[in-house]
Amino acid sequence: MAKTIDRKIITDLTEAGIDFVTSVPCKQLAGVIEVLNETPKILHVPSNKEDEGMGLCAGAYMGGSRPAIFMQNTALGVVVNTLATLIQFYQIPLPMLISYRGEVGEPVACQVEMALHTKAILNQMHIPTYHFHKASDAEELPGILSYTQMCRKPVAILTDATFWRTAQ
Amino acid sequence: MIRYDVLKTLLPVISDELVVCNIGAPSQELFALDDRPTNFYMLGTMGLASSIGFGLALVQDKPVISIDGDGSVLTNLATLSTIANNPRDNYILLIIDNGSYGSTGDQLTYAGKKTSLAAVATACGCENVVEVSAENTADAVKEALAARRMTVIVSKCQSGNVQVPVITMNPIMIRERFMEAVRSE
Repeated sequence: MAKTIDRKIITDLTEAGIDFVTSVPCKQLAGVIEVLNETPKILHVPSNKEDEGMGLCAGAYMGGSRPAIFMQNTALGVVVNTLATLIQFYQIPLPMLISYRGEVGEPVACQVEMALHTKAILNQMHIPTYHFHKASDAEELPGILSYTQMCRKPVAILTDATFWRTAQ
Repeated sequence: MIRYDVLKTLLPVISDELVVCNIGAPSQELFALDDRPTNFYMLGTMGLASSIGFGLALVQDKPVISIDGDGSVLTNLATLSTIANNPRDNYILLIIDNGSYGSTGDQLTYAGKKTSLAAVATACGCENVVEVSAENTADAVKEALAARRMTVIVSKCQSGNVQVPVITMNPIMIRERFMEAVRSE
């Protein structure tokens, strides 16, 4: 069941002009994807893999849309080349709402393995990175979204288990 | 006919259309044959020509042709299911299937062996899939444009490349002028 925070995130996206979202699901993002599917202002086209999704986003951007991608942090292991040679090389603004699995509260040990690499990969790729840990961290989302358009870069918004547990 | 010959026959059909062209030899050959603002050249990121073109077709109404290759489609095979399940009649995926990785030394792809990309596209749910000879490719694209029906065209041609230069145009320039072409009346 979607919560207020899920609705707030989608409202922030629509107010920032985001009208195209592709996603690969994560349990932590289930609520926000549920709201996404009830939001006619945003065309939601699920993708099978995150690099494919970034291709869709690049095309949508060139068609005049403002895209975003919802994905899990494990996918950073999939998209390094696409981020570098498509999104960064052609300067395409792309907010990435990322479920940050493998942090405190994580029940699945294997998720910790990619969590350990998550910020290192983002840092290595010079991707502006914001980490939502406390519920109030989400207040920065509208600012992050306009910053993304301004600098025309991929921008990571990591949302961890504590954030999703405590945000109402 | 090799890919270069197919591209040459396509020029009168695609020159005024939005084209997203695959990385490596296909983009370089198209650039050498007929560089236009309506062409988006991929300078990297193997496999995403179909996705980029499809993303473009999803958000605006002009026809979009993705010129892809068999090796590149194999690397992003699931794209066919995304396309099939979100059909847009302004989208044409043209797979130049020469059964080889043309940009890397013409090594055989599995499409050059047992795998039929037309059968895969059909199994993914794509409704209009045609496999054509190199010679009939331009006509097939022309028909798909005229019918304004989402179509996947698999063009069977011979392996081989011509010597053309690498594209040195700035990627931002490629994107900006392409976006201007998308916006123009």
